[in-house]
Amino acid sequence: MISELEQFRNETLAEGLVKAIRRYDGRPVSIMEVCGTHTMAISRYGIRELLPPNVRLISGPGCPVCVTPSFYLKSALELCRRENTIVATFGDMMRIPYKGASLLTEKALGRDIRMVYSPLDSLDIARQHPDKTVIFLSVGFETTVPVTAIAVLEAAQQGLDNFMILSANKTIPAAMHLLSSDPEVAVDGFLYPGHVSAVIGSGLYEELAKAYGIPGAVTGFDPADILGSILYVLEQIQDNKATVANLYSMVVQPGGNPIARGKIDEVFEASDAVWRGLGQIPGSGLRLREKYRSFDAWSLINGSVEERDEEARGCRCGDILKGKCLPSDCKLFGKACTPETPVGSCMVSSEGTCAAYYRYQ
Amino acid sequence: MCLAIPGEVASVSGDRAVVDITGIRREVSIALVDRVNVGDYLLVHAGCAIAIIDKQEAMETLELLRQLAGDIHD
Repeated sequence: MISELEQFRNETLAEGLVKAIRRYDGRPVSIMEVCGTHTMAISRYGIRELLPPNVRLISGPGCPVCVTPSFYLKSALELCRRENTIVATFGDMMRIPYKGASLLTEKALGRDIRMVYSPLDSLDIARQHPDKTVIFLSVGFETTVPVTAIAVLEAAQQGLDNFMILSANKTIPAAMHLLSSDPEVAVDGFLYPGHVSAVIGSGLYEELAKAYGIPGAVTGFDPADILGSILYVLEQIQDNKATVANLYSMVVQPGGNPIARGKIDEVFEASDAVWRGLGQIPGSGLRLREKYRSFDAWSLINGSVEERDEEARGCRCGDILKGKCLPSDCKLFGKACTPETPVGSCMVSSEGTCAAYYRYQ
Repeated sequence: MCLAIPGEVASVSGDRAVVDITGIRREVSIALVDRVNVGDYLLVHAGCAIAIIDKQEAMETLELLRQLAGDIHD
């Protein structure tokens, strides 16, 4: 099996695909990679530089940390300052700045903030510290949500009432509809996220192709995957077709993973959510169902939460997340805003568009 | 954030499996996948398998990519 998987990094295959892409002589097009992991792979492999000038790749809002609004971070900071509280988080949330503070600066002040690799690890922390409240910062799309759902179900089964989550979880479909219909974004084709699709399937993309006439491909993360998908989308555009190919069928089935979707549905229900850069999108968020509301850390926040997102002055993360401009179009990029001193969220997460551009260019 | 890595199943016990990811062994949850066998390749995300990798499909996609690369457009 490994030898088959390695073939997707085969140089000869990648070269052949690049050659075929360079034969594209149609109108200039913009193809959006929706997923942050794709953004990172595209930068790492230097794929942008291999494409002809009439094929532009733009990055979408598929980095969960990047689209997390500032009020979420404000709330996370408030929670980490509570007595007898441990905050557990994925590493890339640590450095998001909010008014001069971040989880990292709070950790330096002695707050108990722990980086975890999985929501299931925060359950272990809750078991080890029955006298403390353990709050997992639940950020992520459909790939990550089922794992969080398992953690909540396990906590409920075992009566672990000192475990809670602060959900900023989001779902992709409503955002995709918004992007597809936004005339300012002007996307000609989509590279669809491989791992989100492993959970949700590929039906949504057929729907988008029909409704908006935009072709796309579900794809993996190696050079041949990405190049092959770009080529497929270009062929569609050239032939005036709008169909969707599943070029990642080794893990993506048309109906996705029904067990994973069932777990999401069992624990969460849809809610409206604020996306940094895109604003409020109805039905694109996830909150705990009534039955599991005792695990909801939003109930610990003092006063009402004002669901706002404030961008730092001069920061263009919002436009970048919509593919309206490139990182290099932002005055702060590489000057006031670098991975060491990030101003905007797209520079904080390693898979943010700005961080990927900065690191590999 | 949605990064997921292939790992080979070394042993299975209930809803957990030990997988070998590039030589490192780690216990992962298999609560989201059906019928896992030793030798299967799982796609692992955040300590949990989200899919079983289908070798036949991988080979078919490779074949498709090779065809795409060989396509000549006039």
